Amino acid sequence: MPITTEFEYVKPKDMEEALHVFSLYREKARALAGGTDLVVRLKENLARPEVVVDVKGLPELAGLSFKGGTLRIGALVTFSDLIDSPFIKSKFPLLWEASRTVASVGVRNRATVAGNICSAVPSADSAPVLAVYEAGVLTRSLKGERRIPLGDWFTGPKKTSLQPDEIVTAIEIKLPKKKHAGCYMKLSRYEGEDLAQGGIAVLAFSDNTYRLAVCALGPKPVRCPGTEAVLNGNKLSEKLILKAGAAILREISPISDIRSSKEYRLHMTGIMLGRALETAVARLFKKGPKYGTGNIC
Amino acid sequence: MKPHTIHFKLNGEKVALAVEPNDVLLDVLRGGLGIKSPKVGCDRGDCGTCTVLMNGKSIRSCLALAVEADGTEIVTLEGANSRKCTRKLQAKFHEKNAFQCGYCAPGIILSATELLEKKSKPATHDIKEAIAGNLCRCTGYEPIVEAIAEAAKGK
Repeated sequence: MPITTEFEYVKPKDMEEALHVFSLYREKARALAGGTDLVVRLKENLARPEVVVDVKGLPELAGLSFKGGTLRIGALVTFSDLIDSPFIKSKFPLLWEASRTVASVGVRNRATVAGNICSAVPSADSAPVLAVYEAGVLTRSLKGERRIPLGDWFTGPKKTSLQPDEIVTAIEIKLPKKKHAGCYMKLSRYEGEDLAQGGIAVLAFSDNTYRLAVCALGPKPVRCPGTEAVLNGNKLSEKLILKAGAAILREISPISDIRSSKEYRLHMTGIMLGRALETAVARLFKKGPKYGTGNIC
Repeated sequence: MKPHTIHFKLNGEKVALAVEPNDVLLDVLRGGLGIKSPKVGCDRGDCGTCTVLMNGKSIRSCLALAVEADGTEIVTLEGANSRKCTRKLQAKFHEKNAFQCGYCAPGIILSATELLEKKSKPATHDIKEAIAGNLCRCTGYEPIVEAIAEAAKGK
């Protein structure tokens, strides 16, 4: 299918030049990294930019690094980059696990994590994981830099707090100091390439505190503080899982769509939550399924 | 729109051509360059039949702008023939009758090539994962997985 929208293509070699384009064109400029969402939107005339800015020539956006206990995921880092990184697998296994559930190899080889949260679809697999890691989104414009906590990033379906003159430069995650383990439980119709019907990320800490976040169960991916409050300070038990399962229903608002009904999502949320909590806690004690297995519901 | 002259390697040969900013890589390969192994399927990244290798990695050519190919190395099934593991895969696909209509085959063989070049002894789940994004509507997955497994074993 040809793209009928006519636009100019630029590939800036330095940041200043890129930021000038965004400052000048604002909503009429679109950043191109992996293109796996943008090109679909161009084909369907849902995006009609005057200029497409290929940001792949900007060295500031490249690479993974870990300094002073903080992981920096450059805006050009793809899901395959994360999956292929032994460092990510050992230090941020939850991020590794969720990355493996994104689409398929041919998409993950191009799709970036930053692009996933910029597209901001309700089912973004990376979002719940970044939320429980309490990630920050680093942005830049001619006016300067900002660090937006992930909790403030999503403002609605396909909407973020990114300003029209800004670009995302990186996502940063502080490695939690306390002993922890996690699980990203994804509800999909089959193993393999599918969008999440629902997703839950759990981080469980050795002091019986928990962090929870969900995707595809409301208009945007969200953290679930009410459910965390029910769990915090308690050892995981069947009774506690039931209490948490009741609490989480007050924090989600799923809809019926082509992938499943609202009722099915509501029912499965409690089941996914229980499995995710049990898996995360088992992993905390070096038991349970290995990361990347047993996490498709 | 301002056209861009792009230079890239296509199946080992240097190519230079002018493309429009909104030209899609798949359309340029099939149309202007006459490379017909990448097919037009869903045209939105779901089916994998347009798979090509860009700098050694499988990508959806329906989701890449042609102008993005500038400075890269693109390999399609036409050029992958020179790779040892691709030839082995092709022989096994033939032997196992691992396709019916063949529409998905170029994409699957390239995805499998990427897998075998990265992991010479893949487990069955690695094979399934590698081709999860390549849909076969003749439902011939069993012989496809077997063909890839046997090509890996070098039988």
